[in-house]
Amino acid sequence: MLEAEALTVEVPGRAILRDVSVRLEDGERVALIGPNGAGKSTLLRALSGTLRPTAGRVLLNGTAIQRLNRAEVARRLAVVPQQTALPFAMKVEEVVGLGRLPHEDPLRGTRPADRAATAAAIERVGLGHLMGRDARELSLGERQLVLLALAVAQGAPVMLLDEPTVHLDLRHQVEAMELLRDLNERDGTSLVAVLHDLGLAAHFFPRLVVIDHGRIVADGPARDVLSDELIRDVFNVEPGLVRLAATVPPTDART
Amino acid sequence: MATTPHPARAPGRVALGLRVGRLGRAGWLAVAGVVTLLVVLVGGIVLGSVDLAPSTTLAILADRLLGLDLGMTWTPAAEAIVMDLRMPRVLTAMVVGTGLAVAGCTFQGLLRNPLADPYVLGTASGAALGAAVAVLIPVRTVFLEFGLLHALAFIGALVSVTVVYRLSRTGPLSPMTSLLLTGYAVGSLLAAGLAMAMYLSGTGLRVIFGYLLGGFDGASWLRLAVAAPLIIGGTIAILLRARSLNAFLLGEEAASHLGVDVRRERAILLALASLVTAAGVAVAGLIGFVGLVVPHLVRLLVGPNARLVLPLSALFGASLLAVADVAARMLGGVPVGVVTAVIGAPFFLALLRRARSAYEL
Repeated sequence: MLEAEALTVEVPGRAILRDVSVRLEDGERVALIGPNGAGKSTLLRALSGTLRPTAGRVLLNGTAIQRLNRAEVARRLAVVPQQTALPFAMKVEEVVGLGRLPHEDPLRGTRPADRAATAAAIERVGLGHLMGRDARELSLGERQLVLLALAVAQGAPVMLLDEPTVHLDLRHQVEAMELLRDLNERDGTSLVAVLHDLGLAAHFFPRLVVIDHGRIVADGPARDVLSDELIRDVFNVEPGLVRLAATVPPTDART
Repeated sequence: MATTPHPARAPGRVALGLRVGRLGRAGWLAVAGVVTLLVVLVGGIVLGSVDLAPSTTLAILADRLLGLDLGMTWTPAAEAIVMDLRMPRVLTAMVVGTGLAVAGCTFQGLLRNPLADPYVLGTASGAALGAAVAVLIPVRTVFLEFGLLHALAFIGALVSVTVVYRLSRTGPLSPMTSLLLTGYAVGSLLAAGLAMAMYLSGTGLRVIFGYLLGGFDGASWLRLAVAAPLIIGGTIAILLRARSLNAFLLGEEAASHLGVDVRRERAILLALASLVTAAGVAVAGLIGFVGLVVPHLVRLLVGPNARLVLPLSALFGASLLAVADVAARMLGGVPVGVVTAVIGAPFFLALLRRARSAYEL
């Protein structure tokens, strides 16, 4: 269970999040949507504990996340960033293997179970054909999948994803979404994903949380949340443009 | 290695195969490293500018180290040359080489900058200025065979790193960028101070210059006994934090997500690497390229896993610097810093040419 209590995040002269409270139950799957600059990524960073809020707190299984040690947090919560830069040549499987660091024995290093988890994550995300390649030579989309595999290898019960599909082609977007659904429904991983594609969010996520100007403005299933007014007010587009995808009733919505 | 083609293979089996292959390669490298180290150790003691038959040297070593009587006789002077001059000298070169290579690895990994070396945070310029100031001060004290020059070099190195670290913590830049840029800025300022001190030093100029070029002429058992615990202890402490260095490969935020207390680990690793560097610099002066080139060479061979890169760099750093010192001695007292640069610079250029595909510098 991951919970944000009255989070406020300020940078000098500006509040990015204002009094945001949201609760993720075990086994839930939540899409975080909203326009650029609304505060989605900031909320994600605060939820992961890497960003210390100006006010409020984040609770992971009832304990303030800032008071847990980072290794403990990392075993319970994985984060998929949008991108990372690698300073040195590194093979795909080596990058994915870094997901096992929180489970590693400080002295003995990687154990067979870790290698098995890494191999399983690579297979599950469908990256077998990229093994042996330098991760820096991959396309943006492939690198995004590598980071997703890293988080899968981490094997944490909660996963936070920052726009996991942004660089992917259509087929891989759908595959990534199906993988997330599978992780959630089969493995019980709780998910929070920042998404820009309202269609994907509505189709694959039973619960949408909408953020605008640093506040949560709507929270619930797609058919309740994605009203014409909200799309017009929050996203500033004509509802007709997104209706086709967004208002299709989610076939698999379960809570 | 990074550019190898990628035939589609069954993922599980490939993972296992690569794993075994990689461990095997690192294992062979470790064996090669240890053998090289032993050969260099013996070779470094046997070879020298003083004419001493190799057989006599070996007999002395066999007698003193292994207790074997090979039925040969030698003069006390020969024994003194072997046991009290050459042996501590070779061992000092090895210890310093280990420290520089491991510190270089640490700075490169922590700053996520392939061009970082042990001196990147102002250690070198701090030590140089300290040494130059010591030459200007007309006091000659010696403690544990270390003069004022070594003491001030050590202090100068640590003070400049501390100043750089402190200064870098204010301001809007990301900590690592800030650290790197502050390091360069403070380094330049200290270099100006060094230039001024050299200008004022008169006859002391040669001493300062000799120190700046680095060398092991003053090596002794006592000096080694003072420096080795710092360097070896620091190196072991860094080796035990390989996990944190691995996490830093993906950046600080990702490292935090992977369970690393970023601020704490960064401070500890910087402190350890700086301590190791400062101790090395105090004993041997400024020796370039070992800390830059050795980690890159090892990474090209085994990939970036710090658990492999750190110990292998330690091994090969020790051998490289000991070989460079032997070469320096054979060439009749060329400063070892000149030798490492002569070996290191072309090597590094070759590495850069190769780096087009494997390294984004």
